[in-house]
Amino acid sequence: MSKGQTPSQTVGPYFAYGLTPEQYSYPALASIASANLRSPDVAGQPIRIEGRVLDGNGDVVNDAMIEIWQADPQGRYAHPADARGGNIGFKGFGRCGTGTDAENRFVFDTVKPGAVGDRGGDDQAPHITVIVFMRGLLSHLYTRIYFADEAEANAKDPVLQSVPAERRGTLIAALKEPGRDEAGGVPVYRFDIHMQGDAETVFFDV
Amino acid sequence: MTYAPRDWRAHPPLIAPDYKSTRLRGATKPLIPIKQSLSELTGPVFGQESVGELDNDLTKNGRKDGAPLGERIVVCGTVVDEAGRPQPNMLVEVWQANAAGRYIHTVDQHDAPLDPNFFGGGRCVTDDQGNYRFYSIKPGAYPWGNHPNAWRPNHIHFSLFGPSLCTRLVTQMYFPGDPLLDLDPIFLGTPEAARDRLVSQFDLSLTEPEFALGYRFDIVLRGPGETPMETGR
Repeated sequence: MSKGQTPSQTVGPYFAYGLTPEQYSYPALASIASANLRSPDVAGQPIRIEGRVLDGNGDVVNDAMIEIWQADPQGRYAHPADARGGNIGFKGFGRCGTGTDAENRFVFDTVKPGAVGDRGGDDQAPHITVIVFMRGLLSHLYTRIYFADEAEANAKDPVLQSVPAERRGTLIAALKEPGRDEAGGVPVYRFDIHMQGDAETVFFDV
Repeated sequence: MTYAPRDWRAHPPLIAPDYKSTRLRGATKPLIPIKQSLSELTGPVFGQESVGELDNDLTKNGRKDGAPLGERIVVCGTVVDEAGRPQPNMLVEVWQANAAGRYIHTVDQHDAPLDPNFFGGGRCVTDDQGNYRFYSIKPGAYPWGNHPNAWRPNHIHFSLFGPSLCTRLVTQMYFPGDPLLDLDPIFLGTPEAARDRLVSQFDLSLTEPEFALGYRFDIVLRGPGETPMETGR
């Protein structure tokens, strides 16, 4: 007999030593995931994704936790539900708190995902699913990162096209100007998450 | 398979004004429905290999020179989906304050002592029947700045992934009979009909004689979605 879904509660301000212990330098516990998704045996385009979480006043949130989930460069997920399999060495999951970076950014080093085909074709543009947690957020939120340099695929993406045109831009990560060397020459995408306001990020009821 | 929708009759709203931080941090525009695709029906897989030897015993994993102070507890429960099916081999991450109501997190400045022998974070994995178990110290209550004389009830934070991204859950387990529950804007921010799902039960059958008090906290994740209706052709 079902008792119904267990309600969500906020992650609170003190998740760091439990969920991201290595990032926040708590040595008593190993981390199950980090902000670096790359592994030596995964080919593909290395990229960096960085961004901030902004509250309704435009203030940067320094105690959010961001999780990302993505396919490998061939569009395959490391999960039994992806019948194609073949995803070896790329887990596709990352976790980063916003409390350790000097600018309170989340910064993920990963590889660019491939287009995700559900029904044999490549019917979804390359994207990364994002889950947002923070003090003051009682139920976690889902959003997606698309890539500004995939305009053609984005124009055909069924999820992006289901979003009102004037809000689609909140889901598209901009490619930062080249020349800044902090990522070792790899492309850097910028994706800020606005919790409220005119630029409020689109969140999905998944 | 697809998953049943998040039941917003159970989950708290994004803005719960009595919990002040939600006012500027909760999204204000309606969530946009998404048709579950491979991106949502998959998710990270964590099993026994992600749990270290002492991770499921918070009475031991932070020891420096002795045992932590406080009431030893053992917390057990079954992780099931809405159809009642046990969820085996699922990671459960937990974190909590010490017996004095102080977190080891450097941001916590509450004037209560840290326990040099208590860390407060751990994890375990459900067995093939969906059961999990970890040992800890009963966490203390602590004050917070939400409103004058605000105190959080005793609680343990839980984080679970379940079988897909759809089933992700971060929640808090409370203790039975806590008088602070009726005063806590986070607990009260939860729809009333679902609040009791967050309160563990004292269970003498789980209590280990001469050792630890037993609490049961069962967790229900989103279950299978309804079979799509055949449409006429």
